[in-house]
Amino acid sequence: MATTEAQETTRAARIPDWQTVRDMAARLTTPLHPDDYLSLINPLWSARELRGRIERVTPETDDAATLVIKPGWGWSFDHEAGQYIGIGVEVDGRYHWRSYSLSSVPRRDKRTITITVRAMPEGFLSDHLVRGLEPGTIVRLAAPAGEFTLPDPPPAKTLFLVAGSGITPVMSMLRTLDRRDTMPDALVVYSSPTEDRMIFRDELRELHEKHPTLTVVQRFTDEEGMLDLATDLEKVCPDWRERGTWACGPAPMLDAAEELWAAAGLDKQLHLERFSLELGGDAEGGTITFANSGKRVEVDGATTLLEAGEQAGVGMPYGCRIGICHTCTLTMASGRIKDLRNGEEHQEPNEAVQTCITAACGDVTLNI
Amino acid sequence: MAISDVKEYTHLSEEQVEELGRELDAIREEIEQSRGAADAAYINRLITIQRRLAAAGRVTLFASRYKPAFFAGATMLGIAKILENMEIGHNVMHGQWDWMNDPEIHSSNWEWDTAQPAEQWKHSHNYVHHQFTNVLGHDNDIGYGVLRMAREQKWHPVNIGQPVYNALLALLFQWGVSLHDLDLEAIRKRRKDPKEMKRQLRQIGRKVRRQFAKDYVVYPLLSGPNAISTMKANALANLMRNVWSYTIIFCGHFPDGALHFTEEELEDETRAEWYLRQMLGSANFTGSKLLHIMSGNLGFQIEHHLFPDLPSNRYAEIAVKVRELCERYDIPYTTGPLHKQYGQVLRTIHKLALPNKMTSDDGPEPPSGFHRQRRLTDEERPVRRLETGTYIRRSA
Repeated sequence: MATTEAQETTRAARIPDWQTVRDMAARLTTPLHPDDYLSLINPLWSARELRGRIERVTPETDDAATLVIKPGWGWSFDHEAGQYIGIGVEVDGRYHWRSYSLSSVPRRDKRTITITVRAMPEGFLSDHLVRGLEPGTIVRLAAPAGEFTLPDPPPAKTLFLVAGSGITPVMSMLRTLDRRDTMPDALVVYSSPTEDRMIFRDELRELHEKHPTLTVVQRFTDEEGMLDLATDLEKVCPDWRERGTWACGPAPMLDAAEELWAAAGLDKQLHLERFSLELGGDAEGGTITFANSGKRVEVDGATTLLEAGEQAGVGMPYGCRIGICHTCTLTMASGRIKDLRNGEEHQEPNEAVQTCITAACGDVTLNI
Repeated sequence: MAISDVKEYTHLSEEQVEELGRELDAIREEIEQSRGAADAAYINRLITIQRRLAAAGRVTLFASRYKPAFFAGATMLGIAKILENMEIGHNVMHGQWDWMNDPEIHSSNWEWDTAQPAEQWKHSHNYVHHQFTNVLGHDNDIGYGVLRMAREQKWHPVNIGQPVYNALLALLFQWGVSLHDLDLEAIRKRRKDPKEMKRQLRQIGRKVRRQFAKDYVVYPLLSGPNAISTMKANALANLMRNVWSYTIIFCGHFPDGALHFTEEELEDETRAEWYLRQMLGSANFTGSKLLHIMSGNLGFQIEHHLFPDLPSNRYAEIAVKVRELCERYDIPYTTGPLHKQYGQVLRTIHKLALPNKMTSDDGPEPPSGFHRQRRLTDEERPVRRLETGTYIRRSA
């Protein structure tokens, strides 16, 4: 990251003071937080849960739009290009949470961040985000996360393998490379059903004109069919084995890439975005039983209860997938589980557990 | 007389009880399906009003040396505390608003403006009281370990002081509640796990320090020359909240008509029988919409006990249906104006200060005095029901 040492020191010096003020103010507002009162004046004046206000919704294509969000207190603006955020939107009284890659460049001076969303045919929330959000709407945010990032400086030769709205984290990376003027030999292989639906196509063309080392291979899958990595990659990118690769798109594409790179013994060079939290702490694993359907699945200690349920084909509720929103909370009838964020264990029968950040320690039964 | 079988008492057949259970399940289903924007707006609006009121009260009290400011400030603060404890805190901690997926209004992390830590409340209330409602020897809320509230509870000379204990409990309600989950009796008899006791005491200590410092140190100091009058006003606000919440809570299960049960009732109790016990063991009171909001909608105690985790703003409409069910199945539905209900409570407190043979009762004399030497531990209780609200034990 480009944070200079001077910046680090000023921030470090500022944060404890800020914390002291907050702690003192909390003496007045206990058991609530000062933010609970300040947010009555301005909804963005709360760092208790990260919040943001929708400033603009800019259409990118017929079915995709860029949301410009002004984050409230507590947002640090120091995300890395390629990371994603959680966004919680209230629809009919209920918060619905999803994760989206940031498309904006990490910089403090802008005071806004952007995500670019495509309205999925079956996704009522993405549709609401693209078409139903009024400027001024207050949304909840979850801090940037994800390991899908570029090192600085980037590898001399890179390949970006993207499809559909998978372009968004890569766009953030390309914009960052452009801003720092460190554009390497970069090839973007970008699939989209049609030209009209290709998000950021104009900006990509402009970037190519500005940086000749950046080339974009467009593939319109409605006419040309899907890119078959095993056969087509050699044609569009003969030197893919020499490139550091970042891939983002639908799961089948990522699975195929993973297979191809593994077969070539190059899995270290491949970076994938699957929107999952990097959780520390290992539980022991065990057999998870889903009481209503009677389904069972055996998992290791790194697999969350949510992932286990999805593997077993149980319709698990989920939201932010990073332990914030409680949408995924289920009742654990019996068993012992570990919170992968902090290693805390829970074993009370009939305890409510957040499935997205917990894993089994032995056999577990969930009431779903 | 305590009831050992709800079916037998209500003269309902097993099929009728199960049918009643299905009808109540259908009411729950209907409310769950229709929860939406209007309900979310209700709780958000109420929280906003409560916080504004609290802030206005605190600011007004900076001028507490002037009588109008003193009383206006104390009243605003008192009402804010009542709203927070009753309609907001109690109901949020039951999980009534968890469906909104809003981490700021969620049973797992709500902490309320009273001395008892939320976690201990969720154990003693959501689990022990709501699941074992009015079962002698199981529900520690029958008299809160301080008062003798059922004729089946064995009389002891110490009960003669009940009128005094009752008055003290009303005045110091928040402190009484804060010790409720500790089980002082077990501590005295050295039956309590010392590790668990230390953990609970640490939690209480931390909460009490912060609550006490806020009302009796920090705000008085901020009032400068008005420190003493601000302290008095804050004490008055706490007193208002204590007496009011005591009154409402005592009208939930102690008026005439709210029945007690023996532990035989718990054996193989079905969900429908649990419903029936909740209906027989709870008492409503009537009043205006404002009264219901100020009392956390606990005037719909019967509906609250049937559906502890459904949003409180819907209890009024649920009550219409529950009442109709009660008429159809010929089940008593206890209700009356607040003053009448509390009058009955007061009478019972005074009557039961004396041994049974010195006072009259509408029902026949209970066969034998009920007296368990101690509270039950969680391990000795039947497994937990899910609809009464969660209880998550934190390690800290």
